[in-house]
Amino acid sequence: MYHSNISITLRKSILDPQGKAVEHAIHSLGLTSVHDVRIGKRIELSIDSSTKEEAEQITEQVCKKLLANPVMEDYSFIVEKI
Amino acid sequence: MSKMKFGIVVFPGSNCDHDAYHAAKHIMGQDAHFIWHKDSSLGDADVIILPGGFSYGDYLRTGAIARFSPVMKEVVRFAKNGGTVIGICNGFQILLEAGMLPGVMLRNSSLKFVCKFIQLKVENAVTRFTSECEVGDVLRIPIAHGDGNYFASREIVESLQEHGQVVFRYCSKVGDIDDASNPNGSLSNIAGIINKEGNVLGMMPHPERAVELSLGSADGKKIFQSMIESLVLS
Repeated sequence: MYHSNISITLRKSILDPQGKAVEHAIHSLGLTSVHDVRIGKRIELSIDSSTKEEAEQITEQVCKKLLANPVMEDYSFIVEKI
Repeated sequence: MSKMKFGIVVFPGSNCDHDAYHAAKHIMGQDAHFIWHKDSSLGDADVIILPGGFSYGDYLRTGAIARFSPVMKEVVRFAKNGGTVIGICNGFQILLEAGMLPGVMLRNSSLKFVCKFIQLKVENAVTRFTSECEVGDVLRIPIAHGDGNYFASREIVESLQEHGQVVFRYCSKVGDIDDASNPNGSLSNIAGIINKEGNVLGMMPHPERAVELSLGSADGKKIFQSMIESLVLS
C-alpha cells in the first residue's frame, strides 16, 4: 500500500488574495523578511498498489481529472510506501 | 401556444431550484419540473436549468463534484444535440467544471460573499437567452456568490470576445463597464458567457430572483421570455 501526499496551490500567475492577506498579517508580526505567501490545499490518499510507479500514476490521474483544476491550480505530490 | 417545459436539476445543496421553478411556472406560466441529480433522464424538457446553490457544499471547488452526478451525462448529451441549457451561479460553476464552458471561477477578489443587486449590460442580444433585450440594455439583477471571479487565459477571453460569447458584463447604472461596477474581480467584468454553438449559457447573476417588482426588479423576466420565444421560433 502507498500513501500520497498531494499539495494544490493557485498557479503562480494567479493572484492569491488570501495569501496576500496572510502575508500582511505576518508583516504585522514584524517578520518583514517573509514573502510570496500562497495558500493551498493538502490532500492525502492511500492507494492499494503493488508498485510505486502505479501509485504515482493513479495519483497523477486523480489530480488531473478531479483534485486540481489546471486552469487555476498547480499540484505536486509525494508517494511513499506504508 | 404550447408551453415550454423547463427541467430544473436539483443537486444536494441546490437552493435556487424553487426560485427557478417559481419563475418558470408561476411568473412565466410555463411548465416546470424538477430533475433529481441521480436521475438518468431529463424527461421531455425543452430547457435545462442548472440552478444556484452550493452543490455538494462547494467541496473541493465550486461545481467540481456535481459534474459527476449521473444526470450530468444526460445534460452534456442534451447540450450536444443543441438543447438549451442555462447555468445560473452555481450552475455556471458546474458548466465550467464540466468543460461545457471555458474558464474557472476564483474566489471573489474581496474574499467576501457578495449578495446585492448589480447592473448587467447586455453585450449580445442575438442569443436564445437575450433575444428580448437590446445590445446595451442595462438589467438590474442580484448576485449572491463567494466564487464569481471569472478567470481564463488571455487567448480564451480574446476568443470569447471575438465570437460574441461574452453575453453579460457588470456595469454601472448608466452602462459603463468599469472597475467600480465589478463586484468580484472578474476579468473584463465578465458576468455571463455562452458557448460557440449558442445553446449553453452560464451567468453568475440570478435572473430567477428578479422576475417581479415585489422582488425589487423584473428584469430577469427578459431572459426567461427570450428562452420561451426561442422555442416558439424553432
